[in-house]
This record gives sequence, structure tokens and C-alpha cells, in this order.
Amino acid sequence: MQERACSRFRGRVTALTDYRLHAGSCLSRTLNTCTHYDVAIIGAGMAGLAAGIRLAHFGKKVCIFERHNVTGGLNSFYSIDGRKYDVGLHAMTNFVRAGVKGTPLTKLLRQLRIEREEFALCEQKRSRVAFGPQGEVSLTFTNDFAVFESEVARQFPAQMDGFRRLISVIRAYDDVSLGAQPESARAVVRRHVTDPLLEDMLFCPVMYYGSATEHDMEFGQFVIMFKALFLEGFARPLDGVRVILRVLLDKYRQAGGERRMKCGVKKILTRDGRATALLLDDGTEITATHIISTVGAPETERLLVAASAGERTPQYPPGALSYTETITVLDREPAALGWGDDTIVFFNDSEKFTYARSEAQVDTRSGVICMPNNFDFGPDARLPEGLFRCTCLASYDQWVHLPEDRYLAEKARWYAEIQKSAQRFLPPLPSADALTQATVATDMFTPRTITKYTGRLGGAIYGSPQKIRDGRTAIDNLYIAGTDQGFLGIIGAMLSGISMANFHILAAGK
Amino acid sequence: MTKDETKQVVLDIIADIAPDEDISNLKPDVRLRDQMQLDSMDFLDIVMELRKRHGIEVPEADYIHLASLDSCADYLTPKFTALGK
Repeated sequence: MQERACSRFRGRVTALTDYRLHAGSCLSRTLNTCTHYDVAIIGAGMAGLAAGIRLAHFGKKVCIFERHNVTGGLNSFYSIDGRKYDVGLHAMTNFVRAGVKGTPLTKLLRQLRIEREEFALCEQKRSRVAFGPQGEVSLTFTNDFAVFESEVARQFPAQMDGFRRLISVIRAYDDVSLGAQPESARAVVRRHVTDPLLEDMLFCPVMYYGSATEHDMEFGQFVIMFKALFLEGFARPLDGVRVILRVLLDKYRQAGGERRMKCGVKKILTRDGRATALLLDDGTEITATHIISTVGAPETERLLVAASAGERTPQYPPGALSYTETITVLDREPAALGWGDDTIVFFNDSEKFTYARSEAQVDTRSGVICMPNNFDFGPDARLPEGLFRCTCLASYDQWVHLPEDRYLAEKARWYAEIQKSAQRFLPPLPSADALTQATVATDMFTPRTITKYTGRLGGAIYGSPQKIRDGRTAIDNLYIAGTDQGFLGIIGAMLSGISMANFHILAAGK
Repeated sequence: MTKDETKQVVLDIIADIAPDEDISNLKPDVRLRDQMQLDSMDFLDIVMELRKRHGIEVPEADYIHLASLDSCADYLTPKFTALGK
């Protein structure tokens, strides 16, 4: 990955033969030239990159600081044995076809000056919500909402009037308002949907794809995710999250933005309610007029160091919800196992769907299956191997302190349990050992992995249950963007970065 | 700069920020919002691009003058003139 230097030195960097000798230090890579920025962004995930593009495009001197050696944050990627794996991204939500305007995807493309074709999005085949010990009640949905409506009509005919009323409420809701009053989503949904099974089947996908709160959600957040999943839809580029990140990085670079990788922010120094400097991991300090932090609200709070005692900031609770995911690489397409139709399956085997901090090390009662091969990539394109991914709720506390040998043993044990649970919701295999026979590699992330690579406290991918819609903090020139601002999902994260850059810096004329 | 040239400046900006809109038949006296899907983020972009490309400042209180191509021309042309353009 090419390192960035200050824009006025761009081009010279490669001419310097010895700059790699200083690779251990954050500042030496940029020739010690830049100590002040208009805006410093903490975290090179979707929100940080999107904010960076906006700000750099309009002439701000911006630098993104990222502790990890790759971009993407919670939606990143890695390689093992020459195989590339995505983390986070199952599907890009919010998909709408060309010509549909005024939705988050179109807003984002316009704001970041991205052509639709650059993301090369391929639509899902179909997805399902499958409930019951063997998935007996199943609601199919596609990127055409009429399919989901007809499924609800078929399985829950008595609920249709209420369901339609709920959809009208959702469609009319202004979900990007920064000042909406919080309301219980369960309460709103129950006003229209009286069958608890249908209620849970609506909540399960919406919660799994973005909710930081247990049992219930704030209605505005429910609306954002419901639209993203059901009224809009799923798609992905053939090569997954790396395509999205490549496009974002190219735009950021073209706009003149800088970034420093493997260069985390250790502390934010404050005085009299303003951030005065950032202390980087290598001990150097930089200053910035504004700071946008995308690393989470409780995580950002922990970076703050006040110059005088008595300056206290509100305490944001870390999230309670963490996850584990198994990834199984197959020597054939899932279709060869009879699993060629489902792109995503949200499942639950119990009478009630429980979305809460897992009491067991892994809660295998419910989860999400993703088969990335089952997007419509067209006749001439396919992924090099088959992929079968399963996500379940998991207990951070029961994973994080395990000694290494126990950790590996528990991973192996739960890998098998998760696979077993998930298979109940898919068509039967041609033979009992067909999956094992087809498996060429496996991997698994746990709550511990999430915290290790993203810094999220408690392995909480969706962040704190307490969102900060206007992005303001107790520190005047420090703003929160990304997950903890509260626009959920991948597209939501990018829109969050855009909105916070617009609202606090560009529109404010600062 | 003539009023027609000012309109072209605005059209060029809209073409860049909203490439998915057809701007070939916009009526100059009708609100842009009524002819295209433009939201507050897009209007912010028009203002930001005017500043970036032409050094023209539009304070928030004056955004209302950007409603139609005609009102843009009336409001922005004197600003261009003042800059010697």
C-alpha cells in the first residue's frame, strides 16, 4: 500500500531511497512536514474515508489516521494462505437500480462523485427469514419489495392490513433527520402488526444487520435498516468490500487527502472544552482545527485527556452485542450442494427471537447465513471458490480472556456447533458428509478478533446503544461519525461521514 | 459575465454533482427542486462548488436565491461582475 505524504511533497517520496527505513514512526513517513491539519480524521473505515473525500474535495487539508495496516475498519479484508476474505460485508444494503433517486445510495454516489458503475454492484438472488426449529416458517425477499409483501400475505393473511399500514409509516418517516425524538420500534410495530411471530421475523434481519440495542431498537434506526434491507435491497461487487474501499481510496487520493496507516491516535489532548492536539502511537503530536472520530463514542471518550481536572464528559456505554462468524471455503459453488438459491438467510429456531448479549459463549439459536456466490454476477463472472458464512451472537467476556490453547479449542468446537445449527435452515445436503468433503479451508472470527483489529470495546460491531445523531461531543471541535452517530450499515456509515463533514465543517463555513 | 453565462456555470455544476439528472430541458423560471431530485445536500454542493471553482460566497440566508436558474442568474451575476469576471 502506498504511503501518502503531504500534498506538496507528493512525487518526491518515491525518490527518497531511505524513507522506508523510518517506517516505524508515524511522522517520519511524511518527512516531518505536516503537524497541523484543517481536519484530522480518526479511523480509515467507511465513515472516515467518506468524510475525508468530502473535506479534501473542498480544499480542506485532511489527514486520516488509522492504526491498522488496511483500510475498512469494521468492513475490511485480510488474506490467509493467498485467499482473500472479507470481514463485515455480507451484502451491501440499500441497493436501488439506476434511475431510482433520493435514496441513501444515490445521495452517497452524488456526494462522493462516484459513478454507479464504479461499485459494479451485482444484485442478490433472493434471501429469506426462516423461523422454527427447522425453518418451517420462511419469508422470501428480493430486491423487489412486492415479493416480500406477497410472502407476508401468504403466511400471515390476517396481518396484511396492519403490515401495509406499517410500511406506509416507514416510507413516510424522515430517517435522516438529525433531531428526531427517540421512540420504541417494538411499540410502533405492534400498533400495526399483532402476530408476535411476524413481528420477530421483521425484527430479526433488521437487528442482525445493525442494531446496537438489545431486544428493541429506536424506531428511527429500525426505519433506516428496514428500508435498507427490504424496501431497497442487497447487492455486492464481485470482489466484495475491497472494490468499495478501492473506489473510496482513489477518490480520497485524487482529492488530495492524506492518510497515515499503522498510525493510531493514542490520546486527544483537550483544554477548556477544545481539542488542542492528537498524540499519535509513536509519541509525536499533531494539531488539527477539527477532529472527526469514527472509532466509536465510548472509544473516543477514552482517548480524551483533559488539561485540567474537573472537565468531565458524558459516559457512553459500550455495546453489549458481539458476534462470531465462521467462514467455510468450498471447492465448489454452494449450488453444487443444493444451496444455490439463498443469498442471505436470517434464522431463528426458538419460539421467541432473542437479540441480546449472549449468555452462552455463542448463541446458536439464531444467526445469519451468507453465501457470497449467490449474487447474480452475470454469466461470465464467478467467485474463484465457494463461500459459506454464518454469523451468531457471542459473548465477549467468554472469549476474550481464554488462554491461547483453550481459545483455539473453543473456536473449533463452536465452529462445528454453528455449522450444525445453520444447516437446519438450508436445503438438505446430498450426503451427510458433503459439506466436509467440499471444504478446503475454514476461518472464524470471535469477539476477541473484532476488538483486536478494530478497537471496538466489547467486540461491539454496532457500537454503543446510545447514538449521537448530531455527532456533537463535549469537546467543541470534536465530532463523532460512523456507527455511533447512528446511520447504520455500510451505506449508513458512509452517509454518516458525509453528513458530519457537511454539517459541522463545510456548511458551517469553518 | 452575462446572465446566460451564469446559468451555464450553475448547469455545469449540477451536471457534475447530479450526473444522473437530465438537465437538457430545464425551465429557467421553475424551481430546480421541482424539476429534479435535488435535496439540501445537493444545494450545499452547488454553494460549495461556486466557492471552490469561482470564489463566490453564498451565505446560508441567501440559499433561497438559488431556487431557479433565473434567480441564480439574478443573484450570482453581480457577484461574478464584482470579481471582475
